Amino acid sequence: MMFKKLVPAATIAAATVFGMVPAAQAQFSGDVIKIGFISDLSGLYADIDGPAGAEAIKMAIADFGGTVAGKKIEVLVADHQNKPDVAAAKAREWFDTQGLDMLIGGTNSGTALAAAKVAQEKKKPYLSVGAATSALTNEQCSPYTVHYAYDTTALAKGTGNAVVKAGGKSWYFLTADYAFGSQLQNDTTTVVKAAGGNVVGSVRHPLSASDFSSFLLQAQSSKAQILGLANAGGDTINSIKAANEFGITKTMKLAGLLMFINDVHSLGLKATQGMYLTDSWYWNRDAETRAWSRKFFEKFKRMPSSLQAADYSAALQYLNAVKAAGTDDADKVLAQMKKAKINDVYAKGGWIRDDGSMIHDMYLMQVKSPDKSVEPWDYYNIVETFKGEAAWTTKAESKCALWK
Amino acid sequence: MEIFGLPLQAFLGQLLLGLVNGSFYAMLSLGLAVIFGLLGIVNFAHGALYMVGAYVAWFSLEKFGLNYWVALVLAPLIVGAVGVVIERTLLRHLYRIDPIYGLLLTFGLALIAEGLFRREFGVSGQSYPVPELLQGSTDLGFMILPNYRAWVVFASLVVCLGTWFTIERTRLGATLRAGTENPNLVQAFGINVPLMVMLTYAAGAGLAALAGVLAAPVIQVNPLMGSNLIIIVFAVVVIGGMGSILGSILTGIGLGLIEGLTKVFYPEASSIVVFVIMAIVLMVRPAGLFGKEA
Repeated sequence: MMFKKLVPAATIAAATVFGMVPAAQAQFSGDVIKIGFISDLSGLYADIDGPAGAEAIKMAIADFGGTVAGKKIEVLVADHQNKPDVAAAKAREWFDTQGLDMLIGGTNSGTALAAAKVAQEKKKPYLSVGAATSALTNEQCSPYTVHYAYDTTALAKGTGNAVVKAGGKSWYFLTADYAFGSQLQNDTTTVVKAAGGNVVGSVRHPLSASDFSSFLLQAQSSKAQILGLANAGGDTINSIKAANEFGITKTMKLAGLLMFINDVHSLGLKATQGMYLTDSWYWNRDAETRAWSRKFFEKFKRMPSSLQAADYSAALQYLNAVKAAGTDDADKVLAQMKKAKINDVYAKGGWIRDDGSMIHDMYLMQVKSPDKSVEPWDYYNIVETFKGEAAWTTKAESKCALWK
Repeated sequence: MEIFGLPLQAFLGQLLLGLVNGSFYAMLSLGLAVIFGLLGIVNFAHGALYMVGAYVAWFSLEKFGLNYWVALVLAPLIVGAVGVVIERTLLRHLYRIDPIYGLLLTFGLALIAEGLFRREFGVSGQSYPVPELLQGSTDLGFMILPNYRAWVVFASLVVCLGTWFTIERTRLGATLRAGTENPNLVQAFGINVPLMVMLTYAAGAGLAALAGVLAAPVIQVNPLMGSNLIIIVFAVVVIGGMGSILGSILTGIGLGLIEGLTKVFYPEASSIVVFVIMAIVLMVRPAGLFGKEA
């Protein structure tokens, strides 16, 4: 039988090959450390992360001099076009054929949930930066997922609480109709109710909707005090613009549940002043962030968003862990990452919890009025800092099996 | 009084908003219909031309301080000139071959234009203010209508009817239509058909740019604004009947209304309702509602 002959032959061949590999090299798979980055590079989220996020990762590699433990560092970049199937297929291709060591996930929760599944199957680290959905560290938590920058729970706790405290008791949601939007709406609803507010209704709009006036009118007729915008990027921008145009802002207060500095920049301070928002980072926070941001500004002529700073940090901390562990073995590197404190321009005293959340301070900020802004991109006042675990899911709330 | 469980006032408000969106669909699909009807080119660059029109408005305000009303004239002229270049250098080589090549070429042009603008301006977009004269809003009793939106409906109706009249009811239009039926014969009458075709494409491009300027104060001016809209506009043209001018105007407005109501009764479906209708129409009347059966 052909088969009977083949099996011993293959066993001998395999033994010979593996037996010949010198012990020192077995620490690393291949001669390069490959970092992948999948994000929206061309659609409505491309400014808040996108190509500049890829460049931020390259800045971290440059800080390492292009090598770690004597191995060259490479970056692979792909556009998922906000399609989960594209993200999953690309991740699979890179892990299978490119020897990818670690994947950084950009914006869009749908794509992140899909890519996280692939990384878990391949047992490789997945550092999710741009996606907001708290499902990544809750129902769908994985030992290989690190949720690095922010999540819908943190956003809800920050902005939701602040707005209810300021008197905004009744809410209506304008929600992007996919994983992220509904998660953000759910998380905020929980916070609002716990703080003594109530939710009177919601309307779901398709991603990249071209016109929001109809949805806004429905919101207005609900007579709620607060319009919670459970959307992001271009959708948030166009919602706020139309809300101003239709005079919705006269009868309702807007709460942008996920707003980035690029959105504020695009709309201008006149249309956004006074709005509360929660973010994980602000370029104008302290001397260190300012110095790093000015370097970034020279390249892109705009200040970094929190996501771009987090992209940089995620790559930097991964490389630190590879260096400290002396290997690119996924489990060992992740163990090292979870052991070390994260201290860089993005986070101070950050640490990775068992559910995969990277725990760090979050900031409640208020958009300045035009006359208070002293320079371009000087947009926020930090109203409140949520220290350590204050902003994140508690153990009691968590549905993650790894953190019980 | 209630209609489908919705107070009459809210219902009227939603209809009016649908009319505003329908006006944009009508104007854009009109340009497409004119170009397809007279050149046989499926102009996939239409969304990009619309986007460029909006950017011309933004740029001329930002850099040269030229106001909205100037942009309303300037943008169609500039984009029309771009149309002339496209027609002269690229499209004219494609008239005698399969229309699919024209579609691919213009689609490629759209991607290039979009990519260049994205690189230069990012995707968050730029804000264009509502012109002073049209600021403020009017209380219609059932809703507060921003004056600017009312102007959009008015302007687009004027432009649509003007175009329809020119092509269907004037001597110039008759010549144009004859030129597409039998170019050789019309040429024999001493009419410069290639020039006529070129100007037609330029006019179509100009219409797209005009719609872009009209849209600039309503939505954020950004490189993706064209591609977000163009697929719907194509569906409008297909439903109306390829090349039918009146068809594209009426279908544009009608679909705006239907889409507007979908946003109330089943908002999640608002992005696909147009395509569902398209599928049904294609099954029942393959040439479109107003198209001539081939």
